[in-house]
Amino acid sequence: MRNKFAEVLLQLMEQDDKVVLLYADIGNRLFNKHKELAPDRVINAGIAEANMASMAAGMAKMGLKPVIYTITPFTTARNFEQIKIDIAYQNLPVTIVGTGSGLAYANLGPTHHSFEDIALMRVLPNMQVVCPCDSNELSALLPQAIASGKPCYLRIGKKNEPLINVQEPSATIGKVNIIKRGLDVCILAVGTIIDLAVELQHKLEEQGKDVQLVSFHTVKPLDSEFLLSLVNQYRQVIILEEHSKHCGAGSAIFEWQIDNNVMLNISHFAIDDKFIDQVGSTQSARIKARLCLDFILNKLKNKALVV
Amino acid sequence: MDNQLKNLRKEIRYKLVEVSHFTKTPHLGSCLSSVDLLITLYWRILNLYPDNPKHAERDYFLLGKGHAASALYTVLAYRGFFNIDKLMEHGKDNSAFEEHPGVNAPPGVEAVSGSLGHALSLATGMAKAAKIQDLGNTFYVLVGDGELNEGTIWEAAMFAPAHQLSNLVLVIDFNKLQGTGESCNIMQLEPLDEKFKSFGWFVKRVNGHCLTELEDAFNQCKLQQNKPSVVIADTIKGDGISFMEGDNNWHYRIPSQEELPIIADELGIS
Repeated sequence: MRNKFAEVLLQLMEQDDKVVLLYADIGNRLFNKHKELAPDRVINAGIAEANMASMAAGMAKMGLKPVIYTITPFTTARNFEQIKIDIAYQNLPVTIVGTGSGLAYANLGPTHHSFEDIALMRVLPNMQVVCPCDSNELSALLPQAIASGKPCYLRIGKKNEPLINVQEPSATIGKVNIIKRGLDVCILAVGTIIDLAVELQHKLEEQGKDVQLVSFHTVKPLDSEFLLSLVNQYRQVIILEEHSKHCGAGSAIFEWQIDNNVMLNISHFAIDDKFIDQVGSTQSARIKARLCLDFILNKLKNKALVV
Repeated sequence: MDNQLKNLRKEIRYKLVEVSHFTKTPHLGSCLSSVDLLITLYWRILNLYPDNPKHAERDYFLLGKGHAASALYTVLAYRGFFNIDKLMEHGKDNSAFEEHPGVNAPPGVEAVSGSLGHALSLATGMAKAAKIQDLGNTFYVLVGDGELNEGTIWEAAMFAPAHQLSNLVLVIDFNKLQGTGESCNIMQLEPLDEKFKSFGWFVKRVNGHCLTELEDAFNQCKLQQNKPSVVIADTIKGDGISFMEGDNNWHYRIPSQEELPIIADELGIS
């Protein structure tokens, strides 16, 4: 996904000389073409993410469209207060891209995991929170994030994520992307966890369920119209996110239910309230976090949804 | 020093005292240590358009030590950005004059402030953006010595020289006191000029209450071709009012009704 990010960004930088990239000393060779195209607009801000966020705000004040990029925890948690005051409060058009989100850097340990980032970003007024599920969806959403003229957090993966959208979808920030329509069970997948959602979809289909698969890429602003359309229509809504079960996309939907005085029949699968360590791969980290098919099917069995 | 500036130094100081007294807002000591730096910048150095505050060719001033907002508002009022009477709205409900400048701050305020250590990074980004777009503006940032405790100051202090941001001028109000103590005992600030020199900045250290020294220093900053500048201004917290000078209680204290005529007398306000 980070390669697709670099590819789409290069096109945007070619089209618009206001687009600038700041990165915190990662992405060796990833931005070589960008440097060739516009050396002035490709800035290694050093391993100084707080300064990078404020500088991006300053650049936006001067009419540029900055994109800041590094590994997710360092550009959401490390520099949170700079994002809060300089970017969100001043409502400046800075696109914050976190790469290797969730458990993508599982082997690097809790320092490099991010399952609090959606929580941190969605609590900030003015901030949009967008979690593309694959490279094709990112390709559709990145230009919109930059063109939105507002702060936007883009939560992306690392590399070699499976393509769920076979081509670039007509996805829009603030509107869900329905991958497959169905009438019985609706799976809302937030970001790159969608590969697990596809496995679950197939398992449920084997058992005769008519499953709808949705890439729920925008956590803020919520697609309220779509959520309302689910009420009384699906016997089960399943939310999957590679994020803490607290304060992420699931929580946003729970809050939405209270605000709108409606109730969906929800099963929420996310990371328990604990750090995940001693893991060598994303797959084993997901198993430790109980974001795996066996655990999910067991839970659904208890709800008599599967046999 | 000409008479205009001489009178402004007195009038603005007394207005700061009045605003603090009548609106019951603190940080008078911090305002008084900054006020001569602001007067020099706003009457001698900055390219300004008070009738058209967003003029594309203006120089930018960012206040890092947002708790000295009253000093900035007062200087802007006297410089013609808005009516001086407005200053008494300071800290009131629905007022543009918040105790720390917000997004609805009055004309002439370039950025929100209040959390220390942000303004230098913001201005560094603005200066870099100006270089990218080939713009001729200069960016001035005023920070306090306590603010130098923040790590982002030093992140920006390394970035700006690496990018040869000659359009960036940092001004340090070095009054030797921060919220609850002596700044040089809390963190190792000195030798401050050597620190910035070694980071690659053009450094001038001056008496922060001598307007001619300040003006001369800022004019030398304008001549720099390939490095950012810092003016380290040795100042006195509470400067100009004898019983406030160097007394850190005036970080928070509000002058009383009885103190007003004493202060007026000291400043030579009739």
